[in-house]
Amino acid sequence: MAVLLLAEHDNETLNDATAKTVTAARAMGGDIHILCAGSGCGGVAEQAAKLDGVTKVLCATDEAYGHDMAEPLADLIIGLAGDYDHIVAPATTSGKNVMPRVAALLDAMVISDISAVHGPDTFERPIYAGNAMATVKSTDAKKVITVRGASFDAAGEGGSGTVEEIAAAANPGLSAWVEDKVVESDRPELTSAKRIVSGGRGMGSKENFEIIEKVADKIGAAVGASRAAVDSGYAPNDYQVGQTGKVVAPELYIAVGISGAIQHLAGMKDSKVIVAINKDEEAPIFQVADYGLVADLFDALPKLEAAL
Amino acid sequence: MKVLVPVKRVIDYNVKVRVKADQSGVDLANVKMSMNPFDEIAVEQAIRLKEAGQAEEIIVVSIGVTKSQETLRNALAMGADRAILVEATDNVENDIEPLAVAKILKAIVDEEQPGLVLMGKQAIDNDMNATGQMLSALMGWPQATFASKVEIEGDRAQVTREVDGGLQVISVNMPCVMTVDLRLNEPRYASLPNIMKAKKKPMETKTPADYGVDVSPRLTIEKVEEPPARKAGVIVGSVEELVEKLKTEAGVL
Repeated sequence: MAVLLLAEHDNETLNDATAKTVTAARAMGGDIHILCAGSGCGGVAEQAAKLDGVTKVLCATDEAYGHDMAEPLADLIIGLAGDYDHIVAPATTSGKNVMPRVAALLDAMVISDISAVHGPDTFERPIYAGNAMATVKSTDAKKVITVRGASFDAAGEGGSGTVEEIAAAANPGLSAWVEDKVVESDRPELTSAKRIVSGGRGMGSKENFEIIEKVADKIGAAVGASRAAVDSGYAPNDYQVGQTGKVVAPELYIAVGISGAIQHLAGMKDSKVIVAINKDEEAPIFQVADYGLVADLFDALPKLEAAL
Repeated sequence: MKVLVPVKRVIDYNVKVRVKADQSGVDLANVKMSMNPFDEIAVEQAIRLKEAGQAEEIIVVSIGVTKSQETLRNALAMGADRAILVEATDNVENDIEPLAVAKILKAIVDEEQPGLVLMGKQAIDNDMNATGQMLSALMGWPQATFASKVEIEGDRAQVTREVDGGLQVISVNMPCVMTVDLRLNEPRYASLPNIMKAKKKPMETKTPADYGVDVSPRLTIEKVEEPPARKAGVIVGSVEELVEKLKTEAGVL
């Protein structure tokens, strides 16, 4: 019985989602081995070896793994799969890209985005944009799983696993990385931020959205947006919180000018404390908010910025 | 080149989902059903490729209950050329798992030999986000998932993907499987004349047995529940009161 866990990283730093996935893996039972596949990712392997509960880190270094391309990565995992009952990855865009491919090659049904582990073969996962929670039992010999980070606490760093270099698998040569267009920012990353300030359609314009950014910077928060704000061009795509965007669970989520469509709530309702600022007191966002302020946001936001 | 577009009939995205009292699933009786929104985007993209002279024929496929033919007719009315309905169950509550769907699609791809399979990145009912990746694996093809921009040049495609933190541009060999994200395009509405014309477009009916595929589920559903509800909060009177409560009561500032 052992779990193979695919690490999420950028070749330099281990993403927090990995530590959260370790917590889920510990509930499945057995040794946890982390697979660090990347290009020059030795430092990441050292970080992964420190996570509580990790006994071994397998480090595969090759150009082909530098950008999380699904085809070579899936082939690498398939080569290792024989020794494991569970193959898990964080439900990041990278994990969601590669794990169904791995599952199909193993003739197993992938179990996506699990939010709880009820045993080695039984898991809970949200369906219908989080409007229902399904508990499913897998009958496959090998369980291939992605883990929703927002549902698990990060594992601590008291471990002392060993790091073992492993050989790369042959690259099938089906695809090639061209470029990343990553937004450079001093703000924390949305999915791992402890505080988030999000704006909705109520912001009215791209220029007005800067008020959200000012408030966020005052408290070291990440900036989010509803799909309505993104579709209206007020905020970039990767700000989007919701079922079709990012699923977040910060300690503090401040929703400004967001009505609270089901699709948005699905992305943030696991936040510890939710604050809603909206001039429409009937807005559904108030039904999930711990603290609601019925006010014009253009009046409230400058005051909030000053008070923080 | 032929383009194959799988489409799924799902609960309409505007309908409020209700969990059944016996926890066996979600109530689908007398509920409005529509084409999965991501699949509509895939159909639209295929039509645009045809309009640009990059595709000759668009084949749409749906795997599910007999009524999925409505979803196929809708795709035909948008501009697809012909349809294949695979009747895999007579119970709308029986969701055919992505692995079984991918196996049926593989058999259809082997028969039809499309140069491209375009599909939605996920169905809004089971939210698995898996069928495209699984089909690609079974075919031994490359996959270009979560596409927000697609450019096809000869035997390669350059695809911009929506990933955590921004965008990733990749280049894949053709044939390939592409799964589409929300911002790739805005699907057209079918015009009344096209809806009439769609009724005459060919639709073949098949079963999973025709393709030698067993659709028995690998995941058994133990129960389906309502998500835990959040407790109602308080309405504060001012920004000052809000900040005060966040500091002292909630302890998050």
